[in-house]
Amino acid sequence: MADILKRNKALSVNPLKASQPIGGSLATLGFNRAMPMLHGSQGCTAFAKVFFVRHFREPIPLQSTAMDQGSSVMGADENVREGIKTIAEKSHPALITVLTTGLAETQGADVHRNVQEFKDANPELANIAVVGVNTPDFTGSVETGYAATLTEIIRALVPDAKTAGTYPGKRKKQVNVLASYILTPGDLEALRDIFEQFQLRPVFIPDISDSLDGCLTDEDFSPVTIGGTPISEMLTLGDALATIVIGASLNKAAEILAERTGVPSYSLGHLYGLKANDELISTLAEISGREVPERIERQRSQLQDAMLDTHFMLGQLRIAIAADADLLSAFVDLVQEMGAEVVAAVTSCNVPLLAKIPVATIKIGDLEDMELLGKEHKAQLVIGNSHAVDTAERLGVPILRAGFPLYDIIGGYQKTWIGYRGTRQTLFDLANLVINFSHEEIPAYHSIYGQKPASELTDPKPSCH
Amino acid sequence: MKSTKDIAVLLDEPACEHNKKEKSGCAKPKPGASAGGCAFDGAQIALLPIADVAHIVHGPIACAGSSWDNRGTRSSGAALYRIGMTTDLTEQDIVMGRAEKRLFHAIKQAIDTYSPPAVFIYNTCVPALIGDDINAVCKSAQELWGVPVVPIDSAGFYGTKNLGNRIAGDAMVNHVIGTRDPDPLPDADRQHFPAVSSDFKVHDVNLVGEYNIAGEFWHVLPLLDELGLRILCTLSGDARFREVQTMHKAEVNMMVCSKAMINVARKLQQSYGTPWFEGSFYGITDTSQSLRDFAKALNDDDLTARTEALILREETQIRKALEPWKERLKGKRVLLFTGGVKSWSVISALQDLGMVVVATGTKKSTEEDKARIRELMGEDTVMIDDGSPRALLKIVHDYKADILIAGGRNMYTALKAKVPFLDINQEREFGYEGYKGMLELVRQLALTIESPVWEAVRAPAPWKAKLQIPAVTAPAECA
Repeated sequence: MADILKRNKALSVNPLKASQPIGGSLATLGFNRAMPMLHGSQGCTAFAKVFFVRHFREPIPLQSTAMDQGSSVMGADENVREGIKTIAEKSHPALITVLTTGLAETQGADVHRNVQEFKDANPELANIAVVGVNTPDFTGSVETGYAATLTEIIRALVPDAKTAGTYPGKRKKQVNVLASYILTPGDLEALRDIFEQFQLRPVFIPDISDSLDGCLTDEDFSPVTIGGTPISEMLTLGDALATIVIGASLNKAAEILAERTGVPSYSLGHLYGLKANDELISTLAEISGREVPERIERQRSQLQDAMLDTHFMLGQLRIAIAADADLLSAFVDLVQEMGAEVVAAVTSCNVPLLAKIPVATIKIGDLEDMELLGKEHKAQLVIGNSHAVDTAERLGVPILRAGFPLYDIIGGYQKTWIGYRGTRQTLFDLANLVINFSHEEIPAYHSIYGQKPASELTDPKPSCH
Repeated sequence: MKSTKDIAVLLDEPACEHNKKEKSGCAKPKPGASAGGCAFDGAQIALLPIADVAHIVHGPIACAGSSWDNRGTRSSGAALYRIGMTTDLTEQDIVMGRAEKRLFHAIKQAIDTYSPPAVFIYNTCVPALIGDDINAVCKSAQELWGVPVVPIDSAGFYGTKNLGNRIAGDAMVNHVIGTRDPDPLPDADRQHFPAVSSDFKVHDVNLVGEYNIAGEFWHVLPLLDELGLRILCTLSGDARFREVQTMHKAEVNMMVCSKAMINVARKLQQSYGTPWFEGSFYGITDTSQSLRDFAKALNDDDLTARTEALILREETQIRKALEPWKERLKGKRVLLFTGGVKSWSVISALQDLGMVVVATGTKKSTEEDKARIRELMGEDTVMIDDGSPRALLKIVHDYKADILIAGGRNMYTALKAKVPFLDINQEREFGYEGYKGMLELVRQLALTIESPVWEAVRAPAPWKAKLQIPAVTAPAECA
């Protein structure tokens, strides 16, 4: 439905996009005892690490093949093999992902061969899963890097139903959930709660609610992730009742999983807003064969009440959104459900989902593009990551912080957006921003005969943030 | 791409004490066991505080995308440095050889949109590898549009963050410093400090390696104004391009607290004969010492006398203000892990407060630094070379430290181990420099040490208390 406007300028100003290796690292960090290793120079890893540390406010396991001048020119095969070996011997992880960067791909690295060479040379380390993924930063974004990594992990670790002897429904309560990067640790916790009310046991793939949820553990320090989907769980996916896929970006990973296991797959785009959650609840009722619990019905009516209350602020509100496709689609659906108008939709790279998002145009671009579109269409509110705070400031409108990275607030990583309850809170938050900062006032008038002190004439605007 | 020889020349820094012994140059990173940033990171961090320049990162998205808008440095006016700019190279650009062209247009776009006084181009791994000639692109862009375009060839794989700092310094010396003379002295403002006679001589000086984190240099700048020290440029906190251009005319340079851009001081001495000294504005003792060193280096008796008077006034004032805080912090035990160079500087600040420094990091310290630490803390002081999280936590437990003071990346290590923490590195949000900065430092120290949360997180849940789980567990092993 949407027209896609491609990038038409040389310089990306205030980038929205974060790189594929960031996405790949995030996907890896959702597995238990995992360690992502970026195949590139040290900086590739250092930047990614700081990116996550600031967002999650957690120590983040992340390693580097530390390519230098010599290996960049002469070949870095040895760096990959040595890096895997060092991590394997030092930290004994269950999973190592080797994620390429622009540097490695430009050089012509073949990590899949390197991984195989490592496995051939070190049969004693065969119990450690090592997965290579192509995630150069010169193409794609967080979303595609995350999806590609999940696809490769499934391809490498989920066995064929015939050889493994799995069959759908062998585990009568298990439902696999392929979870998009848009689901926060708080979202996954809420989702688990919903599943359990239907007497179902969700297996999140990956599960950052168990590894990046900000939890004090008895261990002082761990070199690898603590928590996340156990690698052993990948062997059980074929025995599940069903697979629920959240996020269109994961459709390919879902296809491979279904092909391997024969487990029936249900695709949901996201879980923002009434309609999307109705779809989730009906699907769960169908899979479990159970009635919808009363508690959920009550939450549904609470959301409906909140929708009534907040439609005064959100109806016809002109909103500018900058986000990767899955998240953009979620917010567009949510705010349109409330009668708001998306006047600027900006995303970081082109993916098939974009064309189906119900807005007139979507711009592939940066936060400057959002700023210009926002200005042109007089946006009243911005939805974007922490980088967009300055954009909102310049536009003179409030911002709802969402996406990656969120570094200027505490607990952004943990916010629950989904479900009837999460949606209700999101609506409250949006409405409060409008009430407090975005209502349009009659401008002050200063009488030419007035005798006010000069200092009062330059009345500084209160900050929206 | 820089040749191996170019890099070797940068690594060989005669003015740096690390040049001798086994630490010469910068250690090669080990695959699978490395931490810290790359040369691009170092170059960008060193120069980004120059606030009115358009800083363009030439490369695919990971370099700028994960790092822009990422530092606590502040500007008193211009804000262009906070606008992130990158050529965001795509696969097509790389395969079809269009990266240079994109860079060329990117420079034009930056100039057209923001009219900056200069454009800095940071080269990164991918364009270095595919052979983009950024020097040539910068040169023709500069000729065509008449705005200085400075190439900073800082591909990540050249080496460490430290090397990147030097690459940045080198670019300033080669392309920017010496391209403009300073403005004539304004005489109208000489009466600004009525307490001081207005007929003293004003001296021109530079600060190298001062980043104005959280605006902390603004604690010190008024004192320098009062003494008649005109800062031609701070490289690079709150600097402007036109200030950097005039750095060659200073009478003396101060290297602030860090050796990251020591090559700038050395080269300015080589080319213009400017003497330099090393100093720090952290702590009362060191702030006073740095002011004295300026007077000494400038060899001005009048300035020396006025400096001593100012020091007496400021020290009396701050010591009085710190009295109530000293009571609260006296005897508290600190483990200081700053990575090295700043250790002695912060030690004296903490001792000024009556705190006990039980151990300090010396990983990057020189022999000279270590000698100063021994002088301050006694012969049997614990010096930590192993900065791994486990080793740090073990020392915290073994020496019963009340607080860990370290860089931000150790913060979550400390908090996970339920240890109070103070961030002292570049991403912090509070300014600790100068006499006034000490007040902020004590406030932050007391805030975390005295917080009730520590007890709350260390105690087991009430219904579990009967099980006698130890409240604080020491790390089981030490890597």
